[in-house]
Amino acid sequence: MPLDSRPDTKRSFAVVGTRPLRPDGIDKVTGRAKFGADAVAPGMLVGRILRSPHAHARIKKIDTSKAEKLAGVKAIVTRADFPDHTDGDAALYDVLYNIMAREKALYEGHAVAAVAAVDARTAREALKLIKVEYEILPHVTDVDEAMKPGAPVLHATVFTDGVEPKPKKPSNIVRRYEFGHGDVEAGFKKADIVVARTFKTEATHQGYIEPHACLANAGPDGQAELWVCTQGHFMVRDTCARLLGMDISKLRVTASEIGGGFGGKTTVFIEPVALALSRKANRPVKVVMTREEVFKASGPTASTSVDVKIGVTKDGRITAADATLRYQGGAFAGSPVEFGAMSAFACYDLENVRAIGYDVVTNRPKQAAYRAPGAPMAAFAVESVVEELAKKLGLAPIDFRIKNAAREGTHASYGPTYGPIGLLPTLEKAKQHPHFKAPLGPNQGRGMACGFWFNFGGQTCVSLNLNNDGTAALSVGTPDIGGSRASMCLMAAEELGIPYDKVRAVVADTSSLGYNDVTDGSRTTFATGMATILAARDAIKKLTARAAQIWGIPAEAVTWEKGHAKPAGANAGNFPPMSLAEIVAQAGATGGPIAGHHEYSADGAGVSFATHICDAEVDPETGFTRIVRYTVLQDAGKAVHPSYVEGQFQGGAVQGIGWALNEEYIYGKDGRLQNAGFLDYRIPVCSDLPMIDTVILEIPNPGHPYGVRGVGETSIVPPLAAIANAVSAASGVRLTSLPMSPPKILAALEAKAG
Amino acid sequence: MRYERPSTMKQASALLAKEKGKAFVLAGGTDLLVRLRTGFIEPDLIVDIKRIVATREIQSTAAGFRIGAAVTGAELGEHAKLQKAWPGVVEAANLIGSKQVQGRCTMTGNLCNASPAADSVPALVAAGAKAVIVGPKAKRTIPVEQVPVAPGRTSLRKGEIVESILLPKRPARSGDAYLRFIPRTEMDIAVVGVAVSVTLDAKGVCTDARVSLGAVAPTVLLVPEAAKALIGTKMDKAALDGLAKACSAACQPIDDKRGTREFRIKVAGVLARRAAQIARRRAGGK
Amino acid sequence: MSGIHVTTKINGDVVEYVCDADETLLDVLRNRLGLTGAKEGCSTGDCGACSVTLDGRLTCSCLVLGAEADGAEIGTIEGMAKGEELHPLQRKFLQHAALQCGICTPGILVAAKALLEHNPKPTETEVRFGLAGNLCRCTGYDKIVRAVLDTAEEMHRSARGA
Repeated sequence: MPLDSRPDTKRSFAVVGTRPLRPDGIDKVTGRAKFGADAVAPGMLVGRILRSPHAHARIKKIDTSKAEKLAGVKAIVTRADFPDHTDGDAALYDVLYNIMAREKALYEGHAVAAVAAVDARTAREALKLIKVEYEILPHVTDVDEAMKPGAPVLHATVFTDGVEPKPKKPSNIVRRYEFGHGDVEAGFKKADIVVARTFKTEATHQGYIEPHACLANAGPDGQAELWVCTQGHFMVRDTCARLLGMDISKLRVTASEIGGGFGGKTTVFIEPVALALSRKANRPVKVVMTREEVFKASGPTASTSVDVKIGVTKDGRITAADATLRYQGGAFAGSPVEFGAMSAFACYDLENVRAIGYDVVTNRPKQAAYRAPGAPMAAFAVESVVEELAKKLGLAPIDFRIKNAAREGTHASYGPTYGPIGLLPTLEKAKQHPHFKAPLGPNQGRGMACGFWFNFGGQTCVSLNLNNDGTAALSVGTPDIGGSRASMCLMAAEELGIPYDKVRAVVADTSSLGYNDVTDGSRTTFATGMATILAARDAIKKLTARAAQIWGIPAEAVTWEKGHAKPAGANAGNFPPMSLAEIVAQAGATGGPIAGHHEYSADGAGVSFATHICDAEVDPETGFTRIVRYTVLQDAGKAVHPSYVEGQFQGGAVQGIGWALNEEYIYGKDGRLQNAGFLDYRIPVCSDLPMIDTVILEIPNPGHPYGVRGVGETSIVPPLAAIANAVSAASGVRLTSLPMSPPKILAALEAKAG
Repeated sequence: MRYERPSTMKQASALLAKEKGKAFVLAGGTDLLVRLRTGFIEPDLIVDIKRIVATREIQSTAAGFRIGAAVTGAELGEHAKLQKAWPGVVEAANLIGSKQVQGRCTMTGNLCNASPAADSVPALVAAGAKAVIVGPKAKRTIPVEQVPVAPGRTSLRKGEIVESILLPKRPARSGDAYLRFIPRTEMDIAVVGVAVSVTLDAKGVCTDARVSLGAVAPTVLLVPEAAKALIGTKMDKAALDGLAKACSAACQPIDDKRGTREFRIKVAGVLARRAAQIARRRAGGK
Repeated sequence: MSGIHVTTKINGDVVEYVCDADETLLDVLRNRLGLTGAKEGCSTGDCGACSVTLDGRLTCSCLVLGAEADGAEIGTIEGMAKGEELHPLQRKFLQHAALQCGICTPGILVAAKALLEHNPKPTETEVRFGLAGNLCRCTGYDKIVRAVLDTAEEMHRSARGA
C-alpha cells in the first residue's frame, strides 16, 4: 500500500461527492444499452439445454442419435464433450460437474445435454428427442436432514474436513469451521441471563431481472469470442478456457451491460456449454436461460439452520456468545457458512465468543454468492437473540447494542482487531433519528438490527489514456452493475483536475487489460476506484515530466494542480501553467502517447457496518405484514456518488424485506422446485414498500486515498432481523424461521392465543 | 400451430368444431400465452375472437349487463355504469394481474381457465351471473358456476365458446364486494377469495344474499349457508359471526405452496366478514 | 409452419413482418425487428420488462402473439424520446438515479408513461400500484417513485404554464 494512499480526511473534493448523471444513462433510458441477450452474430444458432427432471439420479445412458438426425440441428454436447482438464483442482472440477452432469444428476435442473440448432423451435424439438436413461436415487434437500446419519449421500468422496479424527465414512458434511476467542463456557457461567434459540432460513435467489445470456463464437483454430452478462469476464475467460482445454489468450470475453447480479453472476453456468456448442458447430451460438432455468439451474443462496446462545450480566454486558451454523449450498462444496460464522458476532465487543460452521451438500443447485453471502442468516439469528435479551433486561435494544458494540480496537470475533469503524456512529445517529421517536399506529411495532460486511479488495488493473483534446479514456475490467462507471469518472476527474464529463469510462474486454477479479465483495468503487486514482497519479507523473521537458527544467520542479502543470516554486522558473490538453497535444513531439496504469492486488478494503430501523404492521386476523417505515444508516467511508450509495442501501434493504417476508425456495417431496417463476417466488413489488430512508455516514477507510469503503452488501445484512424484531413488537409473537409468511405468523398467533 | 382470427362467432365455433388437433380460444391471452410459452400446451389451432364485434362490447340492457368475452379488465374498470351497479365484480376483475395484464385479461378467460383461485369468478357467482355459450348448433345460457367443473376443466363441449357474461339488473339497496388474500399487495394468485352480494330493505334488513368462495376447493364455491346467515338480519355482529363460521365450514382446501389448509379456513371467515361489511355499506346500510 | 404476414405501426412507423403463429410480439420486436429495448425477464407476464403499449394500452409484449399486432399501433421504449429530446420521464430517471443495472428501466418507463397519461397527478400510492407489474431488483423502487412523482409535478407545471 503506497503511503500516499492514506486518506486525507480534511481534503475538500472538487467532484467526488457530487451527483452527476451517469455516463451510460442515455443508453439505458432509451433501450439502446446492449445486455446479454441483445447481441446477434451472422449465422447465429440457438442453444438450449436439457436438464434433469430428477433431484438425484444416476445417468446410465444418453442417446442423442435421434436428435442429431433432426433437420436444423447443428451440434449436440453431453458429458462426453467435456473431458476433465481440471488437473486435480477440486473446486474447478465441481464447476465442470455443475455445468454438465457427469455420472449423476445432482439436482432438478442439472444440465444433461445441450443442442445448437437453427432456431428455437428446432432446438426445443431436438431436446425432446434426446433419450436419457436415469436410475433414480434417494434425495435430500433440507440441511438438517442432510446431516443426519443415514441421509442419502451425494458424493462418495466427501469426508468432513476440519474434524479430528477425519471420518472414515463419507457424508454430506463437507467441512467444519470454527472461529472465536476466549472461553465460552466460562463466559456463560458469569451470565445472569442466557437466551438460546434455533433459527431456520429458506434459500432465496438473487432475483436479477436479466436471465443469464451469452453469445459464443468459437472456431476450429482454437480461438473464440464470448459476449456475456457477468460480474467478471476475466473469471469467465479463465474458467471457460480451463474447462475446455483452451489457451487463455485465445478466448476473448466481452462483458455486456449486466441486468443485475447481486453475486449470482460470479461464476459460469451456460458459458462453457455455449462455447462447446459453438466449437462443435463452428458457428456462433447464443444461449439464454429461461426464468425457470434461472431458478432451477443458477446459484441461489443457502438455506440454513442456526443455533445461537448469548449470555449477559444484569447490567447488560455480554459475557459469552456461541453459535452453530449449518448451511447447505446445494450439490457441491462451498456454502457461505464460513462467512456466516465469521460475521455472526462481528458487531460486538466480546471477551468469549465462538462460531462453528458446517458446510453441507444437498440435492439443490450449487449456490452462488448473494450479496454479503452467508451474513444475513447469521445476523437474523444473532440480532433476534440480542433483541430478546434487551427486552429481558428491560433495556432499550439500541442502548443494549451501544453498550456492547464493537469499536476501534475491538478484537473481532473472526480474528482481526478493528481500526476506525462506523458501528457506534450508526447506532448513535439512529437513536437521534426522527424515525426512532415517531409514533406507531395500531398493530404496528418497531424493530432494529445491526449488520456487518467485510468488503473485498482483489486483483485489479486499469488503464487511463489521455487524448490530445484534454479528455481521458478510462478502461476498467470490472463490470458496472450499479453505476460504477460514474464513480470511476468522478475519481479520475478529481485526480486529473478536469471536469467529470471529460472522462469516459468503459468496461474493456479481456484482451485489453490485465486480469481483474469479478465485481463482488463490494470491491469495485474501492479497488477499481483506487486503481483509477493511482493510474491518474501515474499519468500525472508523466504529464509533469513532459511539461518539465517542454520547459527545460527538472521533472521534480513541476507540480500538478487543478488540471495544470505548474513550476513547483519561483526557483523552478517562470512558466504559465500548462493544461492537460496542452501537454497531451504536444505528446507526439515529447515522447508519444501519455497514459496512466495501475495494477495491483488491492488490500485494506475497510469493513462496513449498518443499523436499520423498521416499522411493521401485522394484521392480527390474517398474519399479513406491511412494512410501514424503514430507515438505513450505514457507513460508506466516503460516498463518491451519493445517489448510487443511497441506491445500494435501498436495494439491499428491500432484498432483505423480500427474504424476511415472502421469498423462499419451496421443494416438493419429489425434490423438485415448486415455485420456479416470479409468480410464486415473490420478490417485493413497488406497492409492497414504503420509501426507504437513508443516512450516509462517512468514517474514512484508512486503506483508500479518499477513505472509500464498499457499500453494496452490508445493507442486506440487518433487514431479516430488523423485520423479525418489528413483527415481534407488532404482534407479540417471535418468528424464528424465515420467511415470516402470513400462514406462519397466523399459526404463531393462534398458538399463542391457545 | 395455426392462428385464425374469424369475424363472427359462428365461424369461430365452426373452426373449433372441425379442428382435429388441440384447439384453444384466444381472447386476452394472459394465461394462454403463458401456458404456450412454458410448453404446458402445444396447440394445433388458436382462434382469436377479438375481431368479433360482440366480444368487445359492454351492453347495458333492460335485463342488466352483457359483457363480451374479450372485454378487458381495464375496460370494465372504465365503465362507470357497470362500476356503479356491480362494484364488487369490477374490483375482482381489476385484481387480475398487473396494469399490463389488465389491458388484456378478460373475465371470460378467467372463468374458462377453471382455476379455483380465479379472482373474478367468486364475484360473478355471488352476482348470479350467467354465461352465454355459442356452439356449432345452438346457443345456451348457464349460471357461471356451472362452467368450471374441476381445476382446468370446463363443461364446454367441442366447438363451444363463451360469447358473453350476463349480469342481472340490480335491485335498489344492493351492494357487492370481493376481497382476496395474497401475501404481497399485487401480482399474486389468491390464497383465499371471498365475494358477497347483498340486497337490503328500507330498514337495512338483508333480504337477499349470495356468498362465494375462491381457492378453498377444487372449484369456486357458492355457499348458501353463508347467505342464510345474513338473510333476515341487519348484518350485525352475530350475523357476521354466522357468516364467517359458515364460510370456514364450507372450505375444503389443500396445503400448497401458496398457503396451508388451516390458514385458508381461518382467513375465508375473516375476509367474508370484511367483504360483507363493504357490500352492506355499498348497499346503503349504515 | 407457414408465416403470417402482419402490417402494423410501431412508434408511428408502418412496419411489415412475417412471423410464426406461436411467436410472441416480444420475439418479433427483439428477433425480427431489432428492437431490443423490450427485455425478456420471465416470459410469463410477471416482471414487466417487456412492457409496450398496444393501441394505447399498456401490456406485456410476451403475452401478445406477433400475429395479433396486425392493424394495431405499438409503442415501445425506442419511440419515447423525440429525436434528441428525452421524454421528461427519461430525464427525471437519470436525474434521480432511478436506475442501477437498467434492465427493468425500459419497461418501467413505458409503464410510467402510460400511468401518467391515464393519471397525470398520481399519489405515491397510485404510482406504486401503477408500477406493481414492473419488477426492479436493484433500487428498492424508492428513486423510481420519486422520479415519476417529480415528472408528474414538472409536466403539470409546464402544462399550466403553457
